[in-house]
Amino acid sequence: MTAGGAPGIRIEELQKRFGRQEVLRGVDLEVRPAELMVVIGRSGGGKSVLLRHLLGLVRPDGGRVMIDGQDVTALRGRALDRVRERFGVVFQGGALFDSQTVLENVLFPIREHRRVPRAELLPRARQALAQVGLAEMGHKYPAEISGGMRKRVAIARALVTEPAVVFLDEPTTGLDPILVNTIHHLVVELHRKSNFTAVMVSHEIPEIFAIAHRVAVLHEGRIRLVGTPDEVQRSDDPVVRQFIRGEVEERAV
Amino acid sequence: MPRSPVEFLEGLGAAGLNAVAAIGRFGLFLARALGWAVVPPFKAQQTLQRIWFVGFRSLAVILLTGAFTGMVLGLQGMLMLRRVGSEAFVGPLVAIALVRELGPVLAALMVTGRAGSALAAEFGVMRITEQIDAMTVMALQPMRYLVVPTLVAGVIALPLLAWVFDVVGVLGGYLVTVSLFGLSPGTYFGQIRAFMDPTDLWVGFWKALAFGLLVTWVAAYKGFHVGHGAEGVGRATTEAVVLASILILVLDYLLGSVLP
Repeated sequence: MTAGGAPGIRIEELQKRFGRQEVLRGVDLEVRPAELMVVIGRSGGGKSVLLRHLLGLVRPDGGRVMIDGQDVTALRGRALDRVRERFGVVFQGGALFDSQTVLENVLFPIREHRRVPRAELLPRARQALAQVGLAEMGHKYPAEISGGMRKRVAIARALVTEPAVVFLDEPTTGLDPILVNTIHHLVVELHRKSNFTAVMVSHEIPEIFAIAHRVAVLHEGRIRLVGTPDEVQRSDDPVVRQFIRGEVEERAV
Repeated sequence: MPRSPVEFLEGLGAAGLNAVAAIGRFGLFLARALGWAVVPPFKAQQTLQRIWFVGFRSLAVILLTGAFTGMVLGLQGMLMLRRVGSEAFVGPLVAIALVRELGPVLAALMVTGRAGSALAAEFGVMRITEQIDAMTVMALQPMRYLVVPTLVAGVIALPLLAWVFDVVGVLGGYLVTVSLFGLSPGTYFGQIRAFMDPTDLWVGFWKALAFGLLVTWVAAYKGFHVGHGAEGVGRATTEAVVLASILILVLDYLLGSVLP
């Protein structure tokens, strides 16, 4: 993809072990430009580790991650930062800076990168908060708002820089089903507006089938299956079937 | 369980390697921070906040401990010097001991307990809640925003705190020796003026500066390399305080034998 638009991501033979535990055993996955890809898999199955590789936070033992034609696993320092400047990341717990107000949190990335004119900083941050329905909450501290609101602030903070790639690490963990749907719809709506490439790690089955363009199933350190939500749901692979059904049954109890 | 000698040696070697690697990481952490310290833009606001936190917020503790240290020095000095009939020299004894040794060392230990532990806990929580990662993936360096302002604050605040400690301590000594033992005020201050050397002040200054860097360095390092969960933060905090306290005393001895 060209530098302006949303880039694609290609993960090739990614391997990682921690001590004796092999977490990733050769992950291959291609995320198309402007696609909303959701990676599902068992808890502790390496989904977050995979995501941290894409962010350049962890270096793999083997394989590479190509984003916009560059191998982020080989980049360091300034070169890695230049790629990261096009990222927006929503961490599992929100990872809001708890010494700053909600508004300051959203302001932080655009103010520090100095690419937005001074006069536009506040309006942009306010607009980002309004987009997630929290225009009135700017003066509060993260500790003073609910978990669902914190996730939405995190989404606002990730999108305020107008990123080309957005990574979401289980953005709905610990929320009730109504909030899960609210966050999902928010992601879809913002994606439709801004057309970024999105990689989301989730275990919200079956909810994510309604929003994902494609779904990848991570199983025992490898991608077991990639396909549209329909294809994954109709798969006759016993592992995939059991995983999806198991989660649904668990839910029903 | 009995283990073979080979396994024992392997364990010993692994422990040795780990220790060396940890020392290396500890040193590299400072080297990287110092690298960022000379690359603009400098974060004035964050630095001022840290100076306020490390320095100003420690003032009450420093005033209290400084006063009592000076009083104890005055008391013991008086009791001792009276035996040899040299009470007149109690002023220089109190002042030089404070300026060269006790001011920097005790101020550093107090700052370790008050601010060092809090810094380690703050950075530890930021690490486990992924706030430090969030900053990293925003292409904004945690070293620049968190560590450098903290180190600079330590280097600026501790010499100032040590001087406050010295001044309050000398006044504490004055209170005991003059008001309690009836020493003449002129003797107390006059002898200090006669015996104190600018070198003493410089020694105290360099020590305080070094301790300021040491305390914030250890606290930031321990916070950044925290283990898992609340327990990890607790351990990092304890380790920061213990390690910083030990290193302050070791460094005090080393500097004491190198400086004039």
